[in-house]
Amino acid sequence: MTIGSLIMLFIGAALVNNLVLSMFLGICPFLGVSRKVNMAFGMGCAVTFVITLSGVVTWLIVHGVLVPLGGRIGLDLSFLKYVIFIAVIASMVQLVEMYLRKFFPLLYTAFGVFLPLITTNCAILGACLLIDLRDYNLLEAITFSFAGGVGFALAITIMAGIREHLTFSDVPRALQGPGITLLVAAILAMSFMGFAGMMR
Amino acid sequence: MADGNGNSAAAQFKAGLWSDNPVLVQLLGMCPTLAITNSVENALVMGAAATFVVICSNLVTSLLRSLIRPHVRILIFTLTIATFVTIADRFLAANLFEVSKKLGAFVPLIIVNCIIICRAEVCAIKSGLFKSFCDACGIGIGFTIALTILGVVRELLGSGSLYGIPVMPEGFDKWVIMVLPPGAFLTLGILIGVVNYARLRTSPGGAA
Repeated sequence: MTIGSLIMLFIGAALVNNLVLSMFLGICPFLGVSRKVNMAFGMGCAVTFVITLSGVVTWLIVHGVLVPLGGRIGLDLSFLKYVIFIAVIASMVQLVEMYLRKFFPLLYTAFGVFLPLITTNCAILGACLLIDLRDYNLLEAITFSFAGGVGFALAITIMAGIREHLTFSDVPRALQGPGITLLVAAILAMSFMGFAGMMR
Repeated sequence: MADGNGNSAAAQFKAGLWSDNPVLVQLLGMCPTLAITNSVENALVMGAAATFVVICSNLVTSLLRSLIRPHVRILIFTLTIATFVTIADRFLAANLFEVSKKLGAFVPLIIVNCIIICRAEVCAIKSGLFKSFCDACGIGIGFTIALTILGVVRELLGSGSLYGIPVMPEGFDKWVIMVLPPGAFLTLGILIGVVNYARLRTSPGGAA
């Protein structure tokens, strides 16, 4: 395990295999919370924070509790993973919410209803599942989950920037709202495919 | 939204198919919709799995509705859904291994599919068993239909086949972009445009 391969993993997860634009994770907030740049950026930061924490905690639970415990009682406990993952994420979000309310009340009011909604952000559960599926070690798990969060923040902020400009354009009535947003996302996804050249 | 208590179970079923279609109208559950619709087979399996989960979780939520306290309801919903998703995932891995491998992380991701949690919150928590069941069936089938439309378009144009069987003439140039990520956004964007257009035509003055 070298620094170089970790950097490659970071670039791969943040740009080439961007969670939103090539894995289709976290599409709901990507479409829903991308109207204003500052809101989108805040959402991106919150998700990055939660995704990194939950990625690490779920890794620790799987490798520190489920595997040894399963070995001791002679059962494969991996069927418990999904229930545990979602419980961890929900409690992480709760933790972040309480922390923000106590120490950063301004940020807390700015997030409003979007904070609890992070629980159902599939980017977070997706990242935890992928870490588990690809058998990453702890260092890789930290890098991957953080990079995934950065990629999400990047994509949603770019999208918000484009949508702020879209308000001045004359969109056909049937395509207004989600329709045009999806078409913009298609072009954005196409341009992100160009990053694949970096991984040769 | 057509959720009033006066609605009959049949109306609830029909609403899920068209006027409240989860994907095309409510724009819920976008992640699986975009990610696994590059072939018809994936779309059908995904639709079936999600339908199973939404029916089971709606039934359980409806049975428990007098016991669930409001502040813990989201937690209960999520854990109920996670349990049924685990069942569906094990079933697919045992019986349809190839497809389950292709769907990968997207079967467990049904847990955070907002369609299912939305049905528990909007319908099952305050309706009886039969109505919740009809509602779940309508939503599940509506979801499957939307997925299948996307799957048909993308597989036809992207790989020139339907359900794995080549149907396009010999000289057909495959639109590879359609099975890649941008094709998913493009197809869904256009499909939503078409649906909105149809809705605007049939109900002039109605907000899209």
